[in-house]
Amino acid sequence: MKYLDEFRDGDLAQGLAAHIRQAVEPNRRYALMEFCGGHTHAICRYGIEDLLPENIRLIHGPGCPVCVLPSGRLQAAIELVEREQVILCSYGDLLRVPRAHGDTLLKAKARGADIRMVYSISDALEIARAHPERPVVFFAIGFETTTPPTAVAIIQAQRAGLDNFSVYCNHVLTPPALRALLASGGEVDGFIGPAHVSTIIGSQPYEFVATDHQRPLVIAGFEPLDMLRAIAMLIRQINADEAVVENEYTRAVSATGNRKAQGLMDEVFTVRPSFEWRGLGWLPHSALQIRPKFAGWDAERRFEMPPIQAADHKACACGEVLRGVKHPQDCTVFGTACTPDHPLGSCMVSAEGACAAYYHYGRFRQAAAL
Amino acid sequence: MIRRRNLFPRRLDIARDCVEMTHGGGGRAMAQLIEELFLTAFDNEWLRTQDDCAQFQVPAGRLVMATDSHVVSPLFFPGGDIGCLSVHGTLNDVAMAGARPLYLAASFILEEGFPLADLKRIADSMGQAARQAGVPIVTGDTKVVERGKGDGVFITTTGVGVVPNGVLISASRAQPGDAILISGSIGDHGMAVLAQREHLSFDAPIQSDTAALHELVAAMVAAVPDIHCLRDPTRGGLASALNEIAQQAGVGMRLQEAMIPVREPVRALGEFLGLDPLYIANEGKLLAICPAESADRLLAVMRAHPLGRAAAIIGQVVADDHHFVEMKTVFGGSRLVDWLSGEQLPRIC
Repeated sequence: MKYLDEFRDGDLAQGLAAHIRQAVEPNRRYALMEFCGGHTHAICRYGIEDLLPENIRLIHGPGCPVCVLPSGRLQAAIELVEREQVILCSYGDLLRVPRAHGDTLLKAKARGADIRMVYSISDALEIARAHPERPVVFFAIGFETTTPPTAVAIIQAQRAGLDNFSVYCNHVLTPPALRALLASGGEVDGFIGPAHVSTIIGSQPYEFVATDHQRPLVIAGFEPLDMLRAIAMLIRQINADEAVVENEYTRAVSATGNRKAQGLMDEVFTVRPSFEWRGLGWLPHSALQIRPKFAGWDAERRFEMPPIQAADHKACACGEVLRGVKHPQDCTVFGTACTPDHPLGSCMVSAEGACAAYYHYGRFRQAAAL
Repeated sequence: MIRRRNLFPRRLDIARDCVEMTHGGGGRAMAQLIEELFLTAFDNEWLRTQDDCAQFQVPAGRLVMATDSHVVSPLFFPGGDIGCLSVHGTLNDVAMAGARPLYLAASFILEEGFPLADLKRIADSMGQAARQAGVPIVTGDTKVVERGKGDGVFITTTGVGVVPNGVLISASRAQPGDAILISGSIGDHGMAVLAQREHLSFDAPIQSDTAALHELVAAMVAAVPDIHCLRDPTRGGLASALNEIAQQAGVGMRLQEAMIPVREPVRALGEFLGLDPLYIANEGKLLAICPAESADRLLAVMRAHPLGRAAAIIGQVVADDHHFVEMKTVFGGSRLVDWLSGEQLPRIC
């Protein structure tokens, strides 16, 4: 497949892996965090760690929108759909994320709530057009990658006078999460920077990682060769005591990003003073809300959705996993009480969750009592 | 051929009429639907008796029986429809015991308001599939549910067949050292249905692979009677079928990703939608597990058959207390190939 097979070539991988093995200093340890869940899945799916020397440790970051959504926001959505008789449109992953006592959108659906799985927000707009008599709410989540489509949908709904449509906005921002991770200490020597997010925001917003925290960051695509190359670039920087932002993903990412998408986001959204992240807590200026001029399409305002604080399952270590403090297999319930079929936490559900990647692709499955 | 024509002075208007509640009521309307639509499509000596059951002689040997319900949406998709799918699905289940399928039964749940033209198209497709396979549909049933209580048509088929003497094919017989073969490219059926459902079009549309595999199986069994295991990887795809066998036989599997055939558009759509072809349904493919020394012979026989042209040896059975299916990736690493979790693609067959 053109533009994909080139980035999965086994021979090239062996060459890069040999280069990395030669480049690492044997007595040095390298802790590299990939921010995105998409990277975590590529690591597990292609067995990238099998190609790396033992003194490179990959730490998995919080870049999974479903994973970082706090239970309270999910509970608010379940309460909304059961209270207001709305049609709630959601991505498939979100349906199976459990609250502390195991309730999910999927269970609410089975109880009779009208919850529809969609592939994109345009599907939700279609549903709203087809059911003018029903309020239709889109459960919007995601980092900067999925935010521009949400902005476009809201603008379209306003222009078309589609008054039964609204958005429950849970869009979050990448740089504040990185800032929080760096502020909390930790042992990360370098970062593999986001792929798709960076196509929107560009490479400049990460400069603080190098200037304020003296850590290298290399933006990398989601293909396995992208990742190996980014790792080689990070090793070079670390060995040379450099800390700069580099861009491996030049075929898609520029320094300034997609200005048009940024303009759309700015037109529709404003930054929230503070937002709760699962695992990272309340982070200032880390999420978006819909501007007052689009209030009619803001489900939180329209249905007066109350803020809800909800605890996660006591045994679940998603928080530590999302901060990179724990590996999935360090969680006491990994692979035992918590599996993709019976998840206790969001990281075991999402296609981008680290626990799901570890379980699905088997890394350290042998360690779990099966 | 059709008697009692005078019972129905006005023929069904198949082009314009729809299924009505009376078509399942057991009265004259039902008799007419069966006679003018199903009997015409399936015509054979057993149905012509119009008894409630079919009577037939069976050859000596071990009898095999399998049943399968079909709820696919959409009902018509590139490469097939719910009709031929419902015939192939059950024939293949029977064939996976190494059996020669003999007879089929078909049961319909129809939704009030379903166009008779569509029903006729489906019944004709079933009749054609059954005739091509040489396995008659000898008995059946029709029920109608109110509008909104079904989704057009659901079809359950049941098949019986006989296993030749000396053949014992069961998942529990897979043992360490055995070779694992697949009869062709994976993921075609599921992706064809999904592409149709999501209105995703390609220059060369993905066709369902729906097909009856019993003749391929007959050739395979004749060449290598000691095949240990056959399985058609339908829902859950190749990955789930291999995990089922590993669990049943108490063994592990080691696959080579580079050897698993996947057609280019299937891979492309999988990439686009984030779906792994290993987990996508097939309706005209089989997995075979046989002693390593027979693998090349079996492969040659499979490749000589039109339904096995792209057959490949994709891995081997190993001893593994965890019963893991592992795969050496094209990239050079290794990964587990787990069971499908959740429901990746509903209403696929």
